[in-house]
Amino acid sequence: MLSYTVRRLLILIPVLLGMTIITFSIVHLIPGNPAQVILGESATDQQIQNLEETMGINEPYVKQYWIYLTDLLQGDLGTSLKTKSEVVSEIGPKLAATAELTFFAMLFAIIVGVNAGIVSAWKQNSWFDILAMVVALIGVSMPVFWLALMEKWFFAQELGWLPSGGRESSRDPIEPITHFFVIDSILHGDMERLVTTLKHLVLPSVALGTIPMAIIARMTRSSMLEVMKSDYIRTIRAKGSGQIIVIYKHALRNATIPVLTVIGLQTGVLLGGAILTETIFSWPGIGRYVYDAITFRDYPVIQSGILVIAFIFVMINLIVDLLYAYIDPRIKY
Amino acid sequence: MVKTEHKPELSNEQEPLNQNDKQTKAISPWKDAFKQLRRNRLAITGFIIIFIFLMMGILAPFLTDFTYKEQMLTDRLTPPNSQYWLGTDDLGRDIFTRIAYGARISLAVGFFAIVGALVFGSLLGIIAGYFGKWVDMLISRIFDILLAFPSILLAIAVVAILGSSLQNALIAISIINIPIFGRLVRSKVISLREEEYILAAKAQGLKHGRIIFHHILPNSLAPIIVQATLGFGTAILEAAALGFLGLGASEPDPEWGKMLSDSQAYIQLAPWTLIFPGVSIMLVVLGFNLIGDGLRDALDPRMKN
Repeated sequence: MLSYTVRRLLILIPVLLGMTIITFSIVHLIPGNPAQVILGESATDQQIQNLEETMGINEPYVKQYWIYLTDLLQGDLGTSLKTKSEVVSEIGPKLAATAELTFFAMLFAIIVGVNAGIVSAWKQNSWFDILAMVVALIGVSMPVFWLALMEKWFFAQELGWLPSGGRESSRDPIEPITHFFVIDSILHGDMERLVTTLKHLVLPSVALGTIPMAIIARMTRSSMLEVMKSDYIRTIRAKGSGQIIVIYKHALRNATIPVLTVIGLQTGVLLGGAILTETIFSWPGIGRYVYDAITFRDYPVIQSGILVIAFIFVMINLIVDLLYAYIDPRIKY
Repeated sequence: MVKTEHKPELSNEQEPLNQNDKQTKAISPWKDAFKQLRRNRLAITGFIIIFIFLMMGILAPFLTDFTYKEQMLTDRLTPPNSQYWLGTDDLGRDIFTRIAYGARISLAVGFFAIVGALVFGSLLGIIAGYFGKWVDMLISRIFDILLAFPSILLAIAVVAILGSSLQNALIAISIINIPIFGRLVRSKVISLREEEYILAAKAQGLKHGRIIFHHILPNSLAPIIVQATLGFGTAILEAAALGFLGLGASEPDPEWGKMLSDSQAYIQLAPWTLIFPGVSIMLVVLGFNLIGDGLRDALDPRMKN
């Protein structure tokens, strides 16, 4: 386990370096003059020259990259061209907003997906199985942003059941402590606010969680079907254990491994999908931050936003891989 | 001599049946797979969906009296009726016409992006898997790096570098799919490399190129075809997402994702402007997923549940 952990950590180094090379390229490899592209047509020569100097554009690429890397290691993610403030200080609350959203989306996806998959496998070829698999098939084929738009239209605008965007009611903003509003409302001991916060979370989390939910359901079903056929399950059955015990205690444990991998991979899909979902629901997270930056051609923000999301994705996959080895000691690397 | 040896692996299923008349007649595994596919109703549904959209795209000029950029300003945001089958958008353009022409864009982007990814991915995968050692190390790390980004994010990064246009969106989608094919082919090549018939081919003194293209590649085809089919769907979703974010097609191209983003503001006033392009994306992707699932069942019996 230890040697595996160490090896897994060592592989991270080239991956992280490679990631920084790609994000570095976003600004520095723009064809033509990057400073000109960033500032737009109307920029004066003086402005372009100033930006070129701050970006170090006239240096050789290797040196530019070295500067970029050392800045990153010192926690400098650049300065937003639009707000003129440091990306590092802006990004924190936004990350919290995205983390909260993805957490609830994943929670929805796992609870619904795993259970639907189990029941489908258990009652294979029943109407529930067929219905669940049709829903799952449609779920994986749907563009997340379209689902989000439809949900917003139907549940927020037509029926008016849920708020159509944002994290909180704008007339009564929360005083942030951790920037996780669910936790903050609990810390404030304000139940009414907690309900409002949760209501704001419903539509975006369901929209964002639907695709992973569908994939998890399909994966759980097929891996449960596989496990249920194995000898040890037959033995447990022969011993007279009840169906629930067989499924949840014995089968699920071995069926979890492929499901876990899928969950890890889907977190990446969630982080990518967050850009689309947050844009539609005006969720002030990192996805919307990057989207706004694209519209304003705020390259330092695009660059750092993408890097931070990718970094989180890599870390989640690391955790999943380690968990994987921990849950199933048979896996040798 | 060597060639008769290397039937794709799925032929294992057939072997007990044919053992006696192996010399005289062997059922081609591809034919067998095709037979299975024909019996798979879901896959057939998938084919029909894709065929309809393909025809809509090809025959678009004959299907409607409008062009996709023609603006009927007096008929803006008209609900679906006998003249405008799926209604009109905020500029008075016929939505059915735009969806039909949009099918051309989506199918073409999906096709070219995946073909590009398939060619480059397979090539890199073969090189990595066949030659191993530091070449494999290098290529595999590149795949790792590309896969370290959530795919849509990498696509955004690529478009940010190249500038936003439909063509660059296509390139971006192709790039994000390269490591997926690459890894698939690499693992397949590694498992085949140790097979006896490859050793035999090497012993005969065949050149690397011939071994790769005549012996290894044909046997890796099944998973590549499945992945490519499923990949069409994902590529179309990704293209729509880029279009939605304003990083793909530009005015007045009727790209489906862009149609959705243009109509966002009219969602309450004219929901049809959003429902139909979205349904089109979903159906096409569903079609490819159904075909892909069917192909996987037909070509790889072990995956079947």
